Amino acid sequence: MTEQTLAAIETETPPSLRRPGFMSVVKSDKKALVGLIVLAIFLATAILAPLISPYDPNDMDFEMMEAPSMVHPLGTDDLGRDLLSRIIHGTQISLFVGISTVAISLFFGVALGVAAGYYGGWLDNIIMRYIDLQWAFPNFIIAVYLVAVFGSGLLNVIIAISLAFLDDFARIARGMVLVIKEEQYVAAARTVGTSDFCIMWRHIAPNAVAPIIVQATVSISYAILGEASLSFLGLGVEVDTPTWGLILAEGRSFISRAWWLGVFPGVAIMLTVLSINFLGDGLRDYLDVRETGDPGAS
Amino acid sequence: MTRYMLKRTIGAVIVMWAVATLVFFMLRIVPGDPIAAMLFDVGDPAAAEEIKEKLGLDKPMYVQYAKWFLLVLQGDLGNSIYGSNIQVNRLIAEAAPRTLSLATLSFIVATMIAIPAGLIAATRKNSNLDHGVTFFAFLGLSMPDFWLAILLIIVFAANLHWLPAIGYVPLSEGFWPWFSHLILPSIAVGTAFSAIVARMIRSAMLEVMKSDFMQVARSKGLRENTLIMIHAFPNALIPVVTVMGIAFALLMSGAVVVENVFSIKGLGRMLIQGILNRDYPVVQGTILIISAIFVFTNLLVDMVYTLIDPRIRYDK
Repeated sequence: MTEQTLAAIETETPPSLRRPGFMSVVKSDKKALVGLIVLAIFLATAILAPLISPYDPNDMDFEMMEAPSMVHPLGTDDLGRDLLSRIIHGTQISLFVGISTVAISLFFGVALGVAAGYYGGWLDNIIMRYIDLQWAFPNFIIAVYLVAVFGSGLLNVIIAISLAFLDDFARIARGMVLVIKEEQYVAAARTVGTSDFCIMWRHIAPNAVAPIIVQATVSISYAILGEASLSFLGLGVEVDTPTWGLILAEGRSFISRAWWLGVFPGVAIMLTVLSINFLGDGLRDYLDVRETGDPGAS
Repeated sequence: MTRYMLKRTIGAVIVMWAVATLVFFMLRIVPGDPIAAMLFDVGDPAAAEEIKEKLGLDKPMYVQYAKWFLLVLQGDLGNSIYGSNIQVNRLIAEAAPRTLSLATLSFIVATMIAIPAGLIAATRKNSNLDHGVTFFAFLGLSMPDFWLAILLIIVFAANLHWLPAIGYVPLSEGFWPWFSHLILPSIAVGTAFSAIVARMIRSAMLEVMKSDFMQVARSKGLRENTLIMIHAFPNALIPVVTVMGIAFALLMSGAVVVENVFSIKGLGRMLIQGILNRDYPVVQGTILIISAIFVFTNLLVDMVYTLIDPRIRYDK
């Protein structure tokens, strides 16, 4: 189909039948709009962290456990490090882990799910038994166990959380493929000799995208919470890397004297996750995906 | 029905066997040999070799597996290799009641919040109350449980001195000491759970209230309370029960983290201490028990599902 034909079809489609643009939906859904704005601020903070951070996050000072002031807007920790700078740099790790883990589990999970649903038979059996097995563990417990096996560190945390979420994507993709592969356009593509890979990649995957996008937003928020929990437990990234979970873990012993150490890093985690959840809810309405509980919740 | 339950139980046992096998092999076949890394912490290579021999780690993998699996079948999960060499079974027997107490109380607290919240939100759709419940549900889902635990300690233990900040007291030493130590951890663990359940109850209630039988009941002139509590709510519970198993995973995961904040020596703390001490029999045993609790809770949820909805008949 040529570009002109596509353009013609697009102009001929009555406006009432077209799905409204995501931005117009966001404008009418206050929750999604707030989510988008807050998330954009955090993304900008992560990208510009070295430029906007008032101090080096690991710079120690004699002004230990100072309450929030004009010099240190969010106070300092027990080693005199500026809390605001540490939280700003923590944004990088949290968002990086959240987005990269979901990108990895989405890629491999969808590939497994599409292959299982499309080919069926023994391949489907093997993949589904693996998914059933993973279903026997809560996601966070899988991540904890994998960190125990691989060891801690940023890369291992990303691998552990990615593997923990793999089954959610595979399950959804397989379910969608089982329905879509019976459609006439897939049969037509097969009849004209289109290769299996091309059918899966060009005809099936794009039509299964809506629930996967919704699952991806849910998973990003749980990945961020998962990374924070692992860091808090001492199983996360290296100790000299400021992450929100680690800042909370380090400040925990001093919260009776320095409340800011126990409050601000948690507010950062909560606001990021809340904004993603708000945006995810807007996306769910926009893409018309029915809520069936939160599979990534565990 | 009996056939279905038997089939599901056998399925759960097979899953547990697969879980045990996976847990065993993962620690041994990954690159870098984590067990060797754990034993090197002993410091003296000769002592490490001695421990390896004592634990049978010098034998071929299939021999180790067969031996380990036979012992697991007899309920023997080995001994801790850190500190006092205590039996993992004994550690689990001491820790499990604490985690189960915490999970059960969290479940009760969460349900007590979620059911009225979900019902109010559904029956007053689009009101300020509905928006309030929805917002708090989002907040509950977005708050890390360990952070909520810290905030609760700051407010109720450190400042108001109403409740103890850390520790656990067994139920045998009195109800109040046991209960007072678990109130804050239960709220920390149960909040996210209650948010999920409240949202599920709301959407399930809205779905049920649109159904034909509700129109019939309403046209009979039944009172609003009877309509909601007798006709709508029991039907709305059916989809909610299906996510209970998933939500229970959240409770178990929450317990793992929150136990560490409140220094409750439950399965979660045991697991994390096991990892930090590189005590692999403890890690292996705890993971096995946690996943057993999870698998059999899901089995129980499936069975409850058939009991609360008489329309479901699996034998057909």
